[in-house]
Amino acid sequence: MQWTINGQVREAEVDFRTSLLDLLREQFQLSGTKKGCNQGACGACTVLVDGERINACLALAVQYQGREITTVEGLAEHGKLHPVQAAFVEHDGFQCGYCTPGQLCSAVGMIGELERDLPSAVTADLAAGQIEWQRDELRERMSGNLCRCGAYNGIADAIAAVLAEELGEEIAR
Amino acid sequence: MNAFDYHQAADGTQAIEQAVRCQQAKYLGGGTNLVDLMRETVERPQTLIDVTRLSRDITDTDGGGLIIGAAVTNAALAGDARVRRRYPLLARAILSGASAQIRNMATVGGNLLQRTRCAYFYDTATRCNKREPGAGCDALEGFHRYHAIFGTSSSCIATHPSDMAVALVALDARVHLRGPAGDRQLAITELHREPGERPDLETELQPEELIVAVELPPLAMAVHSQYRKVRDRASYAFALVSVASMVELDGDTIADTRLALGGVGTKPWRAWQAEAALRGQPATAATLAAAVDAELAAARPLPGNTFKVELARRLMIAELSQRLSDARNGGDA
Repeated sequence: MQWTINGQVREAEVDFRTSLLDLLREQFQLSGTKKGCNQGACGACTVLVDGERINACLALAVQYQGREITTVEGLAEHGKLHPVQAAFVEHDGFQCGYCTPGQLCSAVGMIGELERDLPSAVTADLAAGQIEWQRDELRERMSGNLCRCGAYNGIADAIAAVLAEELGEEIAR
Repeated sequence: MNAFDYHQAADGTQAIEQAVRCQQAKYLGGGTNLVDLMRETVERPQTLIDVTRLSRDITDTDGGGLIIGAAVTNAALAGDARVRRRYPLLARAILSGASAQIRNMATVGGNLLQRTRCAYFYDTATRCNKREPGAGCDALEGFHRYHAIFGTSSSCIATHPSDMAVALVALDARVHLRGPAGDRQLAITELHREPGERPDLETELQPEELIVAVELPPLAMAVHSQYRKVRDRASYAFALVSVASMVELDGDTIADTRLALGGVGTKPWRAWQAEAALRGQPATAATLAAAVDAELAAARPLPGNTFKVELARRLMIAELSQRLSDARNGGDA
């Protein structure tokens, strides 16, 4: 079986039961992606597949052959933190750090969804082509990532700062 | 998780051939429910047939409806501009369910066939007639805040968990099926079964039959449709009660309406009784109250979920009132 992981083609023969999460951690020693609940409830295992965020714990590795997978190890480029990573440092977007890789990948995926003007459950006018970005949009869109330390305010600040910087979208507190 | 064999199907026809050849095969969509249930050993298929290569297209029908391929992801369906404009309750219902990560994985076919989140069904240490026919039901005397008040039986009170399906039953969607005996269509309101004495039989699908598409008929009043969900936290939780609603006014008379409920039924609950009591009646508060009472007459609450009767009553009245108000304003514009 073959996958492209953080830009590199990787091969392994694994049992069909192997989740994408266990493939990353156990076969390729990419232990940045974390195993929290292992049942799709916490988001600690969030990775990007072809740019879209998914829960790697609920994904069978065999089903994702040939896809481009990005983990937290693949976010930084040329030794420079991804803007979302830098913002998490700047705005105290973590305490213990266990949920952080999932939060980071999820935030990167969410910004992609924003760029494609995809709506959320709290978007007032679903028919409108453009989303009005409010703080409740950001929190709703990140609800699949739990943080037991409760660093949510810092996480929201960090993502809001990236949106302000990259997209010129100022989001009120 | 037990060991299993895996095949990827190029299309629906091949998936059925593979399923007929294999013992105890299950179709695998995004896996967000099935993989979890396999890990809990609630599901123990010997073969998984990956059907995510089935159609991911959403196409217009001649009459102004849409045909949605079974492998379209929940996220793609909710994000489709035509769905957002013509069937906003469907987009809202999907976006009200699960998390962004799960909606990116989950398919339309899989969403319809997901299984209940009843904690007793999930916990193999308890008795469950759905998991093991005839074993008994520990939910009946258990914690039933999240259980159903409509369509229950002495064998099962498990709630159908889908938000998307509630919107689809309100829209009178049709399910396109393919099986060893050929193709057929089913009204989505006929897809799911009430538990009766066989809660293990959840749908009208025949062995190896596969959902290949879902068709939305054209429906003008759906432009002003809505989906409202009440739950224990603001996001990423199953419904306590949800309401899908739309109305069409003719002057001050309710010409037509659709009403469906989530979080309260053993299947996605179309409020047929309420609809019948609304059609052709004057758009007054008394009409709404009588219609909602007519629906709730069939409710069979348990001590832990009696609150759902009053919650459903208030939500239905609030939502129908808002739809009437929207229709009046829309008529003026």
